[in-house]
Amino acid sequence: MSVPLTLLGLLERQPSHGYDLKRDYDEFFGRGKQLPFGQVYATLGRLARDGRVEPGEAEPGDGPDRKRYAITDLGRAEVDSWLADPVEPEPHLQTVLFAKVMLALMLGKPAAAYLDRQRAAHLVRMRDLTELKRTGPLVDVMLADHALFHLEADLRWIDLTSARLTELAEAVHTR
Amino acid sequence: MNTPVAVRPVIEARDVHKSFGQTPALRGASVAVSAGEILAIMGPSGSGKSTLLHCLAGIFGPDQGEVWFESRRLDTLDEAARTKLRRTAFGFVFQFGQLVPELTAADNVAMPLLLNRVRRRTAYQTAGTWLGKLGLGDKGGRRTGELSGGEAQRVAIARALALGPRVVFADEPTGSLDTLTGEKVMDLLVSLAREQGSTVVIVTHDARVAAYADRVVMVRDGLVSFDLGPEASAASAASAAPAALAAQAQAPAQAQAPRHAAKAAN
Repeated sequence: MSVPLTLLGLLERQPSHGYDLKRDYDEFFGRGKQLPFGQVYATLGRLARDGRVEPGEAEPGDGPDRKRYAITDLGRAEVDSWLADPVEPEPHLQTVLFAKVMLALMLGKPAAAYLDRQRAAHLVRMRDLTELKRTGPLVDVMLADHALFHLEADLRWIDLTSARLTELAEAVHTR
Repeated sequence: MNTPVAVRPVIEARDVHKSFGQTPALRGASVAVSAGEILAIMGPSGSGKSTLLHCLAGIFGPDQGEVWFESRRLDTLDEAARTKLRRTAFGFVFQFGQLVPELTAADNVAMPLLLNRVRRRTAYQTAGTWLGKLGLGDKGGRRTGELSGGEAQRVAIARALALGPRVVFADEPTGSLDTLTGEKVMDLLVSLAREQGSTVVIVTHDARVAAYADRVVMVRDGLVSFDLGPEASAASAASAAPAALAAQAQAPAQAQAPRHAAKAAN
């Protein structure tokens, strides 16, 4: 999740104060991990420095929230190109699983048992997410679906790897 | 999970062996399903998961071992008694093929009721009620051969549940459906079975389908090798919904071993 680009995207809807941005971010993108105020203002500061947003006139009163920020043409272009670019398919979780299996095989530890535990953890998570989908609002359903598809992909890899462990162990040990 | 699970098994396989010719499909599989429980049986192709379902449902008799249904042996009943039991106490949902395409949706749902000597009028009323629950209130007069895959599968669920079966057996119930349709079908099957207290046994290779179940077992090489009970979810209850979503990226990699998995490791 890119916080600066997300805030920039929120600003493309309408000029906003930091407080409103934080509230919208937490509601739509936070999902249990709220954005600290400090990070909102620091990010807005950097975006302003780089010409992606423009602070309005300071309004009377105290505190950092006296300015309304508006997106610039440069900022708009950046949001557009970000939205148009597909995200790098991240294999980060898979590499962790892979590393564990390889290490387990190298060290003669029970890789099958590790994979079973991993499968159990995945299935539990999938069950919780599915329960969430059955009761939650559509925004949560969509996020849960994304998570479910990723977990499913991992699971398929886990199943395939489980079926290949003997072969893999030979490959690791003959090196 | 919504439903507290009773302790006494409604259906149980004990050390079941089953071979087809020289090929062993089950080599001592045991599983007990509690009343009201939704159980998913997973496993790779050829693992024996469908054979286990067929043995539990009394479609196949095991070569060795026992199958119990509500405190009586199922495997020692003669074929006529097993057929009667299947018709009165069990409901079935398969991937496809269980509906008569030339008959209407209402005919298909009413048929098992009529076979059980329910009066015609009552049978069709019940069929109409169930088609309504599955969102097919306006499709009762349509031939099932003309329905979409998702609609036909919902008719099959109506048919399986209309009798108020003790156990519903489902073999790859969403196997021929796209993801969204499959999810709707699963949601309806699970919700309606819970509503009327039917136990459900689902065979699937699909983890997303299994995720609707209270409990998941894996069949590998003809044995039940892995058992993931409902208590495994307690630690990450869905009430912490946003946290569950936020945590999904890192959680599986560092997840602690649930009790059942630790057992499976031995």
